[in-house]
Amino acid sequence: MSKAYIALQDNEESHYIVEAIEEDNPSATVIYQPAMIRIENEGQLIINRETVEEKMGRDWEIQALHVNLITLGGNVDEDDDQFSLTWKQ
Amino acid sequence: MSIEIKTATLEPIRHTFEHTKRRFGDKPASRYQEASYDIAPEQNFHYRPLWQPEKELFDQSRTAVRMEDWNVHKDPRQYYYGTYVQARAKLQEVTESNYAFFEKRGLADRMNDEVKAKIIRCLVPLRHAELGANMNNMFAFSYGTATVLNQGFLYQSMDRLGIAQYLSRIGLLLGGNSTENLVAAKEFWMSDPAWQGIRRYIENALCLKDWFEVFIAQDVVLDTLLYDLMYRQFDEAITEQGGSDLAMLTEFMQEWHKDSSRWVDATLKTTVGESEHNRETIAGWITDWQEKAVADLAPLAEIAVGDGAINASVDVLNKRLAKAGL
Amino acid sequence: MSNRKINMKEKYRLLTRDLEWEYSYRDYKEIFPMEEFEGIKITDWSKWEDPFRLTMDAYWKYQAEKEKKLYAILDAFAQNNGQQNVTDARYVNAIKLFLTGISPGEHQAAMGFGHVGRQLGGVGARVACQMQAIDELRHVQTQIHAMSHYNKFFDGFQDFSHMHDRVWYLSVPKSFFDDARTAGPFEYMVAIGFSFEYVLTNLLFVPFMSGAAYNGDMATVTFGFSAQSDEARHMTLGLEIIKFLLEQHPDNVPIVQRWINKWFWRGTRMLALVAMMMDYMLPNKVMSWKEAWEVYFEEAGGALFKDLARYGIEMPAYAKTAIAEKEHISHQAWSIFYNYGHAAAFHTWMPTEEEMDWLSEKYPDTFDKYYRPRFEKWREMEAAGERFYNPTLPMLCQTCQIPMGFTDMEDPTSTFYRQSEYDGERYNFCSDGCKDIFDYEPEKYVQSWLPVHQIYQGNCGGAEMEEVLGEYYKINLGVDNMDFHGSPDEQRWNAWHNLSSAEDKLKQAS
Repeated sequence: MSKAYIALQDNEESHYIVEAIEEDNPSATVIYQPAMIRIENEGQLIINRETVEEKMGRDWEIQALHVNLITLGGNVDEDDDQFSLTWKQ
Repeated sequence: MSIEIKTATLEPIRHTFEHTKRRFGDKPASRYQEASYDIAPEQNFHYRPLWQPEKELFDQSRTAVRMEDWNVHKDPRQYYYGTYVQARAKLQEVTESNYAFFEKRGLADRMNDEVKAKIIRCLVPLRHAELGANMNNMFAFSYGTATVLNQGFLYQSMDRLGIAQYLSRIGLLLGGNSTENLVAAKEFWMSDPAWQGIRRYIENALCLKDWFEVFIAQDVVLDTLLYDLMYRQFDEAITEQGGSDLAMLTEFMQEWHKDSSRWVDATLKTTVGESEHNRETIAGWITDWQEKAVADLAPLAEIAVGDGAINASVDVLNKRLAKAGL
Repeated sequence: MSNRKINMKEKYRLLTRDLEWEYSYRDYKEIFPMEEFEGIKITDWSKWEDPFRLTMDAYWKYQAEKEKKLYAILDAFAQNNGQQNVTDARYVNAIKLFLTGISPGEHQAAMGFGHVGRQLGGVGARVACQMQAIDELRHVQTQIHAMSHYNKFFDGFQDFSHMHDRVWYLSVPKSFFDDARTAGPFEYMVAIGFSFEYVLTNLLFVPFMSGAAYNGDMATVTFGFSAQSDEARHMTLGLEIIKFLLEQHPDNVPIVQRWINKWFWRGTRMLALVAMMMDYMLPNKVMSWKEAWEVYFEEAGGALFKDLARYGIEMPAYAKTAIAEKEHISHQAWSIFYNYGHAAAFHTWMPTEEEMDWLSEKYPDTFDKYYRPRFEKWREMEAAGERFYNPTLPMLCQTCQIPMGFTDMEDPTSTFYRQSEYDGERYNFCSDGCKDIFDYEPEKYVQSWLPVHQIYQGNCGGAEMEEVLGEYYKINLGVDNMDFHGSPDEQRWNAWHNLSSAEDKLKQAS
């Protein structure tokens, strides 16, 4: 299985997102690099709006993810509640 | 450890890039200037386009209009991407709160059915025309020569997509977010006789090959008439019929048109003022397209506003053309 | 009455896809005249999957937020003379190459996406391309603005646009983008949208920008990562177009595969410039080119091509060659530029002892064996006051336009060389990949504006190198070019930091 991954700018908002990703993807690996955070997981990586909102303590739209996004790998599916990256094999 | 730096050593060695220095002199240049003027490639192109082998990339012969130097245009708004997107975000924020207020207070329910039906027949179908305007401006962007002018078409194109989307939201809001108004509006666009002239005009403009003629047909002739007709005259007519809340939903279009007109006027004036050849070429296009536009818009004008509406819009266009030296 | 809630997917469909209508006054082919000539078969645009569902209101809102942040940092950077805080003035040469070589490519991408953003027949694909067009304009403009401050304190940035049209090594990226833009709309999408954006740009933006951060360059890292936040959308678009083309018709598969082969190779060649930026031009190292290649091509690209295997798409031809070249490419590219350092608008230099040790550690199989001895010799020559410059004009590859200097991966000491004949003329290539590209479309690549040929033909300002470099290219001779040591850049840097000059240091060391 290939690794789906996402990289975010290393800033305050991203830290909450990373926390949420870790909670929703227990097998994900988080790698800190200069100015960026890379998170990877076998096959699939999921970001749930609800979990991020819980971490931030405020409303948060999935599309706001793009403000801090650096790169990604995997097929994207995005709706109001979830952003997911998947490799089909 | 602290190091002492002599201020003299921190003096800049130059004020700006060479391309802005050549054009505006040896002094600090604005962000608009540095990122807009003379940044497009001008020569030594490697290959001819497979889709148009008789021309080069950035070929000046893609329009009949001639400029000694295409980098003499100026956007009075001085938009580069950053200033453009921030200006639109500001307008968008106001619009968003208008739409939210309209929905939250149930203002659609305060409009009588006749007014609603009129908006759906006369205004909402414009969402399709706006998509045409989006494509036409994208065409002009992709075939122009100088970035300082081209970028204006790109902004204009994205704006038109945004307006098409706001018009769609008006259709949704008036029907409790059900899609039936959009379906009905599309039906009008496709087969209501009042709309067929405009649709034919847009489809014809989509087949043009000269990008400056596209600008004339779309942004100068059709839009001047259409925006005056719909966002001034129709707005007033609907207000009289008890639909004054519509103004909250069309404020974006009104504000946008004011903003965009500054750029359209400046572009027209600079190009016309370049030479007699340009003036004649452009005047010829205007005669052709104005005649078509007036005939094509008349049925809609009559239904939307009433007798004489199209003539009032023609006056607005003529004033505008006179300002540009036409 | 409480309104029905519309979700994002439906909203996007109604606000974008549903705007399209069926043309009846004019023929579809008159409105979209470029859709068929490449042999691609589209049976149903409605099958297009929107990769992201951004309406203009959200676009303006989020992009304005990004721009506000970005310009606040650029202002602070300029006000605080942030240029003093980079690790070392040598570093700045990497971003000179960026502004002269890469930023104009962003501009070309804006034009190219505008073109397909008008010419593709499906509204979903068109609008996604239009957003990428305006994003690419953003990138070139923010890059110019970020570099504007450096331009005031360092040499070599000042005439980037003029140089991009003329200077020999800048014809590498220029011809790359000219090639894509002159191709049909679907090839353009596979070239830039997929092969470049999805497969290769991470190599340019992610490790290099992380490197900029590590070298104290706040301006570059800020525009770089801010641009990348758009790039995630662009990558997704690139992948969607490929899937769409492959699903539309089986006849599209071999065409797409050929384009992937071509554009992977063309992109890989252009990235030789980035490889040397990573390994030689960043004083503080984040990762080697080879490591970046492994993460972003072998691993990420590997996952991608495994995913595409279900459509019958294979790894690009010559991926194996490119993988073998990861051990060599940065060293060879840097050698070429060191050789021709008098003809470049940025400075070159030999790595320090420490830097060579790092390269030995990162390239245990190749650096000491093939490159270190040569570099040490050049360093000795420089110390003896005889800094090596190659006075001849190089032969260029007809396709990628890089001087013929890359070696045979079977025998890394001999230069790789291929030839083709077309219409009675001979053409030279640096690789099988470049030869294949030519052989498939010779009538296109015979048109290449090869800078060295043009100099010989007298089209570049004259026969003397001073005329070509100084007057035609507008390189300030003795200022923008030559070795970093002894340059005005170095002198100013030393004055800011009260450092002694390299000459003094060399004297002290010996």
